[in-house]
Amino acid sequence: MNRRFSWFNATSLTLGFAFLYLPMLILVIYSFNASKLVTVWAGFSTKWYGELLTNEAFLSAAWVTLKVAVISSTVATVLGTMAAYVLVRAGRFTGRTLFSGMIYAPIVMPEVITGLAMLLLFISLGLDRGVTTIILAHITFTMCFVSVVVSSRLVTFDKSLEEAALDLGCTPFDAFKSVTLPIIAPAVVSGWLLAFTLSLDDLVISQFVAGPSSTTLPMKIFSAVRLGVSPEINALSTILISIVTVGVISASLISKRNIARQRADEQKALQL
Amino acid sequence: MNLRRLFLILTPYAWLLLFFLIPFVIVLKIALSDYAISIPPYTPTLDLSAGWEGLKSFLSELDGENFSFLASDALYYTAYLSSLKIALISTVLTLLVGYPIAYGMAQAPEEWRPTLMMLVILPFWTSFLIRVYSWIGILANEGFLNQFLMWTGIISEPLAIMNTQRAVYVGIVYSYLPFMILPIYAALEKLDGSLIEAAEDLGCSKASAFWLVTFPLSIPGVIAGCFLVFIPALGEFVIPSLLGGSDTLMIGKVLYEEFFSNRDWPVASAVAVVLLLILIVPIVLFQRNEQKQREANQ
Repeated sequence: MNRRFSWFNATSLTLGFAFLYLPMLILVIYSFNASKLVTVWAGFSTKWYGELLTNEAFLSAAWVTLKVAVISSTVATVLGTMAAYVLVRAGRFTGRTLFSGMIYAPIVMPEVITGLAMLLLFISLGLDRGVTTIILAHITFTMCFVSVVVSSRLVTFDKSLEEAALDLGCTPFDAFKSVTLPIIAPAVVSGWLLAFTLSLDDLVISQFVAGPSSTTLPMKIFSAVRLGVSPEINALSTILISIVTVGVISASLISKRNIARQRADEQKALQL
Repeated sequence: MNLRRLFLILTPYAWLLLFFLIPFVIVLKIALSDYAISIPPYTPTLDLSAGWEGLKSFLSELDGENFSFLASDALYYTAYLSSLKIALISTVLTLLVGYPIAYGMAQAPEEWRPTLMMLVILPFWTSFLIRVYSWIGILANEGFLNQFLMWTGIISEPLAIMNTQRAVYVGIVYSYLPFMILPIYAALEKLDGSLIEAAEDLGCSKASAFWLVTFPLSIPGVIAGCFLVFIPALGEFVIPSLLGGSDTLMIGKVLYEEFFSNRDWPVASAVAVVLLLILIVPIVLFQRNEQKQREANQ
């Protein structure tokens, strides 16, 4: 495209990114506010972070959330990768349309509906509501995101590499392990990260399927926030925002390095 | 080989059937049941031990009463309409805010673009709840926006934004902006620059080259972005409950309250079924648009 970066473009980018980042910036700054009144600046203080670290309820909710996110995103990555492989490689089988429909539907489904449906299932099955039901629900909706991410990588990947491995005497599992998996690995990792973040963030579905004894961090935040702005929540938000920022920036730096290395390897291979 | 294939297909298939499809059958079943003061709070319940007779008497007790209740009570009718209105208006607003940003990104020098892209994606990884929450302090009566506007002297009385529909619009535009920017940017980025040069050589002004060439070619991205905002906005729950106050009626919130406050599971399920029926239209249109794009790219 003909790139002529005009004043109009510069202004819309500046305003746009200000709109995206200013609210979070204010949140971060005011988490260091000494006053309990959140919109009045009364000097620098880190006391809200201290209070957060001694707040048992928040700490235990954070622990539940982390446990749920690690387990559910790991299982979802396995199931989602299998589903992606089925979608892209398994060819025709009975019920394929239903299968791909079930992969895409949870992504666009309003969370209130998914949450309600899951809860009614757990009740009919007689499962006690708690951490287990949250994990099951999270696996189900995040595996669909994983399979979309992984299948978009599988589609662009040359099938003849797999076939070559099979011709050279690999078993299908070996071929998957030593040829397919290394190639799709970046997509599998980003699928896992996506599932992990979605699980960490989820409020509505957890709200439906959680029992009285299992509270996740978003549920805790939601009930606190309904009463208004609080400096403790600002501090908690700041911690979460910094974790995400560090994570995303380092992930993009690593992938940039990998791409550079891959290009260098390809160059070398061409020279041989 | 075949056993392995079967295992590979059946594992995710069975999981989705059990945890995704069957729950919807249950929702439909409960939507056709009646409210009862019992555990679980609806009737009839299926008694499999009674065999065929049990199933027959169970089926005969199901009816569409909840749906006629939804149609007769103005609350639900208004809630559906106001959700549609809010989702539609916020989609247009998101487009108006998002298009210039996507256009600016596509015009930016090549070496900036990965960074700009990351800046758009970063908020998407940040907790949705926190991003919505960050607006409470800004929009409140004594919040930052009002403080700022009163300090500059533009207004003398604080604007009432928080707990109105206006706050919901701000919340939706803010939360879903990346979903609008990314598909439009993707469409603009692969646009062939020589087309615009050609238009300008043939005597188009910059503005008319934009409206005659650039914009029409970005329409698939605009359509995709609009659906990606409209569909989730329609069933939104968090934004209206945190920013909207009591006078914002949205169907996601009604469903939630019907279930948790009134404990009327059959009506909540019926609300969900109707919402799903409304959503099928935009979802199918969205899938078609994507399909067409994929075919065009091949």
